[in-house]
Amino acid sequence: MWQALYDEVKNEDFMIIAVAEESRGNETAKEWLDLAKPSYVTLIDREHHVADLYNMVNVPQAVWIDEHGRIVRPAETAGSHDAWRSMNREDMSMPEESTAIAAKAQKTYMDAVRDWAINGTMSKHAFNSAQVRTHLALPTENVALANTNFRLGFYLREHGQVEEGDKFLKIAVDLRPESWNLYRQAMNLREIGPNGFAANEDFFARVDALGAGRYYPPPNIEGFPTEAGFVPVS
Amino acid sequence: MVTVLTEAGATEVVSAQATGDDLWFAKTDVTRATGWNLKPEGLCQGDLCVPVPKANSENFVREETVNIAGFWRLLGRPALHDQAGATWMLGASASDRANALQSLEAPDFKLPDLDGKLHSLSDYRGKRVFLTTWSSW
Repeated sequence: MWQALYDEVKNEDFMIIAVAEESRGNETAKEWLDLAKPSYVTLIDREHHVADLYNMVNVPQAVWIDEHGRIVRPAETAGSHDAWRSMNREDMSMPEESTAIAAKAQKTYMDAVRDWAINGTMSKHAFNSAQVRTHLALPTENVALANTNFRLGFYLREHGQVEEGDKFLKIAVDLRPESWNLYRQAMNLREIGPNGFAANEDFFARVDALGAGRYYPPPNIEGFPTEAGFVPVS
Repeated sequence: MVTVLTEAGATEVVSAQATGDDLWFAKTDVTRATGWNLKPEGLCQGDLCVPVPKANSENFVREETVNIAGFWRLLGRPALHDQAGATWMLGASASDRANALQSLEAPDFKLPDLDGKLHSLSDYRGKRVFLTTWSSW
């Protein structure tokens, strides 16, 4: 997804680091990377350490970090939009209008990244310190506890205690139900879903339970579509 | 023997004895397993020290042993274990994470690429870094 942007910017001062939140590691990540052959940095994060450090709840999310190692945009969706919820679950088709909204969301976000990649602090999309703090979502005690349970569950699974490990993964998911990272990763560890996707009936029930609420808060970027793009399931 | 997991990785501690939610170590193992040091003023990391609570000090220090799980909870951090008490995870607290984020300095990490070569975020200091996540699932 980011290769075209990376090639286009061709700026020595800019790097993309794409972290695979992938507890199965190379087993599931390699196929994708062999296909995409990215020339930027790609890392494998089996324990979801980056999501823990930056308080992320799903993929793709992104953080912008300046030359001095300072956050200039905290974790937010990297262009995803709730419009995908209008997808037909049988044939994966989307109504034209929702496809257009999702595409506009993606393009608006990409354009903002490109602008910052080229212009750095001069980019209007790079936040100042006060703005970063306003947009920061801080973890709660339950989030910290969920992450600790996830790490322990992952380790136990890795070391032959699969059943007991799954118990800790379940506690993690229950403590932080809004994290699709934890929920879908735990599902994928139990069993790799059809086409590799951890999206079963239970997942869609969770999506439907969001009602009219958004899963992806629109990033504060001028022009990013704010309309729903989906009809809530009642 | 007990396996102790922290953010820095896994350490085997031969001296460790798990009793319920307490985990007792020989004092000499504390630094190796946790990166903290036991000093006369308490359990310390750098300038930060957690004093031994005077009222019930025997819950934390007994002769040459230390209840590391007890200290960890004093720090407001989760200390979890499997049913057998053979594997422990000493985790980070919400305020550990929140303080790091609020400093606005991007938390550093070290992760492997597909070939197993380790990269740190800080290796890319001097560049603007677009740090993004993805998954196959």
